[in-house]
Amino acid sequence: MNKKLVELKNLTKTFDDLQVLKGIDLTIYENEFLTLLGPSGCGKTTTLRIIAGFEEQDGGEVWFDGVEISKLPPYKRELNTVFQKYALFPHLDVFDNIAFGLNIKKLDKSVIKQKVEKILKLVGLEGFGSRDVTSLSGGQQQRVAIARALVNEPKMLLLDEPLGALDAKLRKEMQIELKKIQKEVGITFIYVTHDQEEALSMSDTVVVMNQGVIQQIGTPIDIYNEPENRFVATFIGESNIIEGNMIRDCLVSFDGMEFDCVDKGFKDNESVEVVLRPEDLDIVEPEKAKIKGVVKSVVFKGVHYEIIVENEHREYLIDTTDYFPVGRNVGITFETEDVHVMYKMEY
Amino acid sequence: MKKSKSIFSNLYIILVFAIMYAPILISMVFSFNSARSLAKFEGFSLKWYQELLADRDIISAVTVSLTIAVIATAVATVLGTITAIGLSKNRKIVKEWLLTINNVPIMNPDIVTAIGLMILFSSMKIERGYFTMLLAHIAFCTPYVITSVYPKVKNLDPNLANAAMDLGATPFTALTKVIVPLIKPGIVAGILLSFTMSIDDFVISYFVSGSGVKNISYYIYTSRTRQTPKINALSTVVIVVIVAIILLINVVPLIKNRKKKEN
Repeated sequence: MNKKLVELKNLTKTFDDLQVLKGIDLTIYENEFLTLLGPSGCGKTTTLRIIAGFEEQDGGEVWFDGVEISKLPPYKRELNTVFQKYALFPHLDVFDNIAFGLNIKKLDKSVIKQKVEKILKLVGLEGFGSRDVTSLSGGQQQRVAIARALVNEPKMLLLDEPLGALDAKLRKEMQIELKKIQKEVGITFIYVTHDQEEALSMSDTVVVMNQGVIQQIGTPIDIYNEPENRFVATFIGESNIIEGNMIRDCLVSFDGMEFDCVDKGFKDNESVEVVLRPEDLDIVEPEKAKIKGVVKSVVFKGVHYEIIVENEHREYLIDTTDYFPVGRNVGITFETEDVHVMYKMEY
Repeated sequence: MKKSKSIFSNLYIILVFAIMYAPILISMVFSFNSARSLAKFEGFSLKWYQELLADRDIISAVTVSLTIAVIATAVATVLGTITAIGLSKNRKIVKEWLLTINNVPIMNPDIVTAIGLMILFSSMKIERGYFTMLLAHIAFCTPYVITSVYPKVKNLDPNLANAAMDLGATPFTALTKVIVPLIKPGIVAGILLSFTMSIDDFVISYFVSGSGVKNISYYIYTSRTRQTPKINALSTVVIVVIVAIILLINVVPLIKNRKKKEN
């Protein structure tokens, strides 16, 4: 494992009687692409702004590279930020925007020129130096914002929903581009987003937050396949979430039947919730199935059909490439490892 | 039909401008009168301009007006700009209240402000003179600066200052390198308004001044019983200076733009 770069210890923050952070503990490592993922108001941006120094926490500590930096003003922190809506300086051209930090450090003009040209090349904006930033497209402004931050060679880059203002196609391109840039410069990226697909496709580590609390920390695959609770499971993609009972290790009961699973470590007879991902479920003939029901609706989604099968217990959402007509008696089947058991959330 | 209508509207505009500028033109013409009369033009002469330059009272009144206007504008611009920036960081309710309070001195009749300031100065036992006049001018100019700068600050992305600090700028550098350049149009408008208000003011200056300190309007008012074309000469100089300033303000940006385009 890499060296620790950032450690957040029990961060709390309240705005106007609203507690937005309720004790955040998080360790971030060197060269890691870490994403803070959650719905708006979950505290992800506040966490980022505390690390950058734009907000001060009410309680807790922020350690950066072995030093407690809570009292350090933003201009003394060795990190840079890419802002939501970019916050480019409209009175400066592309070159001067990117050179802003270098000019403040009073570097030699020729050194500045060299560094800016190099970074323009990295973000694919060669020859754009004398352009007005206001005349650029959203994607180009985005690249300038990234260049302006990276040219200072920070130890860490913070990105606050940087792709939020771009259209879907451009977002995909920039996701790939950002990941490429992160590998090339080899520094830690902390990325804030509410888009689960973005988080899963770019990150080494995903931190799912809700209402000021970290719900789960893990790799994208862990987060998707082994959500720890109902919130994570529903926020990351569509799921069937079913209340059940953990009879003993590797055996869970729900909807009046017992199923084998791979989950261990729960108490015997603990109330749990079970996630069945729609794409893990298959529709087969009723006699071969674990669960039986009737097709209630079919929606064509392009790559697959979204089929809802109903029985006396509930409706099951199934993504399948096979077509079944409404009203047909069918069965649902799945593999043992597709049964994901989670702790029951407290409401 | 259409043609007669356009002739009428042209005539109308000419009439409006004639009424607006006639007093100024008459005053300018009579400044060159060789006689003392303010009604009958008897020949061209520059003698009132010579007398103007020789008149110590007038020169001192002009000095007072100009120095007060320059200092008051400078102080009010800095105060007002900082206030406007600070205001934008406040909560909505605080902002709305302060902006409303800020409008009161602008709407208030000058005479009320003048008497208020006079009573304030005498109750604080501050001797009236140049200093009190300066304080009064700063006081009535600052709200104009706040009013013209605040909308510019409000429209800034709140993250711009953060972005500058994120890139290593101290708060002061962020202010001078990012915020001030972006709100410059508002600041310039504030400067022009303040300067005009200060040069223009009679009522407040009259009440808060003392010990013989007079600005131009105060001087003209107190010397009205012995009016000579010297006053016309003074007015003419003031008008010429103002026209020159207006021309400069309008022409300089045009030249700058053209140069930028050439580059």
